[in-house]
Amino acid sequence: MLYREAGQFKASYQEDAQIFPIRQDRVGFIALLAFFFVVVPMIANQYWLQAILTPVLIFSLAALGLNILTGYAGQLSLGSAAFMAVGAFATYNFMLRIDGIPFLVAVVLGGLCAAGVGILFGLPSLRIKGFYLAVATLAAQFFIVWVLVKFPWFSNYSSSGVITAQEINILGFAFNTPETKYLLTLLVVTVLALAAKNMVRSTTGRKWMAVRDMDVAAEVIGIRLMRTKLQAFAVSSFYCGVAGALYAYTYLGTVEPEGFNLDLSFKILFMIIIGGVGSILGSFLGAAFIVLLPVFLNIFLHSFVGAALPPGFGSNLELMIFGGLIIFFLIVEPHGMARLWQIGKEKLRLWPFPH
Amino acid sequence: MMMNDMAQEAVAAGGGRKIGEVILDLQNISLRFGGVKALTDISFDVRKHEIRAIIGPNGAGKSSMLNVINGVYHPQEGRIVFHGEERKEMEPYMAASQGIARTFQNIALFKGMSVLDNIMTGRHMKMNAGLLSHMLYFGRAQKEEIEHRKKVEEVIDFLEIQSIRKTPVGRLPYGLQKRVELARALAADPDLLLLDEPMAGMNVEEKQDMCRFILDVNDQFGTTIVLIEHDMGVVMDISDRVVVLDYGKKIGDGTPDEVKSNPEVIAAYLGTSH
Ligand SMILES: Nc1ncnc2c1ncn2[C@@H]1O[C@H](COP(=O)(O)OP(=O)(O)OP(=O)(O)O)[C@@H](O)[C@H]1O
Ligand SMILES: [Mg+2]
Repeated sequence: MLYREAGQFKASYQEDAQIFPIRQDRVGFIALLAFFFVVVPMIANQYWLQAILTPVLIFSLAALGLNILTGYAGQLSLGSAAFMAVGAFATYNFMLRIDGIPFLVAVVLGGLCAAGVGILFGLPSLRIKGFYLAVATLAAQFFIVWVLVKFPWFSNYSSSGVITAQEINILGFAFNTPETKYLLTLLVVTVLALAAKNMVRSTTGRKWMAVRDMDVAAEVIGIRLMRTKLQAFAVSSFYCGVAGALYAYTYLGTVEPEGFNLDLSFKILFMIIIGGVGSILGSFLGAAFIVLLPVFLNIFLHSFVGAALPPGFGSNLELMIFGGLIIFFLIVEPHGMARLWQIGKEKLRLWPFPH
Repeated sequence: MMMNDMAQEAVAAGGGRKIGEVILDLQNISLRFGGVKALTDISFDVRKHEIRAIIGPNGAGKSSMLNVINGVYHPQEGRIVFHGEERKEMEPYMAASQGIARTFQNIALFKGMSVLDNIMTGRHMKMNAGLLSHMLYFGRAQKEEIEHRKKVEEVIDFLEIQSIRKTPVGRLPYGLQKRVELARALAADPDLLLLDEPMAGMNVEEKQDMCRFILDVNDQFGTTIVLIEHDMGVVMDISDRVVVLDYGKKIGDGTPDEVKSNPEVIAAYLGTSH
């Protein structure tokens, strides 16, 4: 089927404002969901589900959270991993301390805790911008990890702050296999991604973008900068918090505060730079790329170059490729892979008559 | 007494439009930036439904005056009465919610958004669905989106920008960007519209269009307009009353004809005084 919108006329504003206005996109999206919900669990092996697909989904969610803040609301942050940590540790404590609390409720509460902390560390954004704000969020990054290590209450007095995720049980069904954990992650991520898409196409998202693009003009048309920025910090941190909870519960099983370090924050930042700043799709592309690159690189090196390589060559090469790509995207295509995809689609829409 | 006379003349100049009572009264406004006196002891008023022009040489303080009116700048001295109420602590968002909208001298559109989204954003104050409702895009959020899209489409039709609805504003030529900025301001249904050099940098044809839009807005919606413009021809043609500023001081105020024959104004424009 060709990618064409000819003959698809919008007869109402409701149709024009649909989440996927072009029919092929709609069909494509449903097919994609069917593929990941039905086909993947049947064909993928345990390694792929557990070590690749689940983390890709979780990182996508964290990248989406950062993208809401940075890509849509224009506030730079280097504290994403810390907000993930808040989500993970808060969820753990809700599960631990409230008898019989449903898992999803604990995750939502964990996300809300992250949102609260996010608002707190978002306060400097009212006065400072850009680089200086990034430095202020660095403080959040170090402070939160320090608090989680310093006060053993958060990890229920376990040694070195490690927490072990309790078993997930929803309505009597145990999520304890790679398949079920993958499906649970996929469900949560799909719901939150759709919610994000809805937010950015409604007044909420337009206000974020207005603040990002021209804050004086935003204020003059009646947008309250403080509220809007803090709301973006809250929503963003909520997404990161839920990602952190899933990171602990459906991916790793045991985590420690140091696992949510600055490296992880940077990794998430790179995901949105490569995937696309200000794009929901970009968050997924970036996360997939960063998780998959080392995997494919490894396979490639092993099958073509063999064992003759010095140890550590693979990971160094990986860093070089990342560095190159980040510079490439920052300079050449600041909207990342998502933009390349969109350009491709626009070309296709008009092909073969470009004018 | 003076005031009354002027208002009557303004009615005469404005043809069929009825110019009403004073809605904005600025009294003895002074604004300084450090040592720079941007505005010194300026008083004038704006009447309902009129087109009030502010003119003056570069750096005279015209833009600063608009910024004072909509709360971006806070004058050190003076009183501002809007709709009969003296304003105290004023922030731009409050001015917006009282019905003051504006455009900027240097285009201040939201560059990453489409024309439609820019204008929809201009209407956000009339929309009050909450965050959760937006997440679900259901019920109130969706109803509002459609209802206000209709209003926004009216503005789009009015300004004849139907064909560029979905275009990112950054890709538009300068003249159209100015028009979109006007559309964004109009989407808020303002009572008072502040226009900072809406025709600067336009060619003759674009200027004519913009003039027509300004007159139509004033005529059809009854919007009161305060306009900064350098093109004397335009100012004399469309405004009811004119304030003249020079070096932050008011040197003239009256109908276009009065201002034109004011010797101080003539001197300021010919650059002979000071
Ligand atoms: N934010 C600011 N900080 C410091 N000085 C300012 C600021 N805004 C305006 N000024 C000064 O106030 C004076 C008046 O500036 P303003 O922009 O109001 O003039 P203007 O009449 O709009 O001029 P133009 O015709 O060039 O637009 C100028 O001397 C300007 O340098
Ligand atoms: Mg100016």
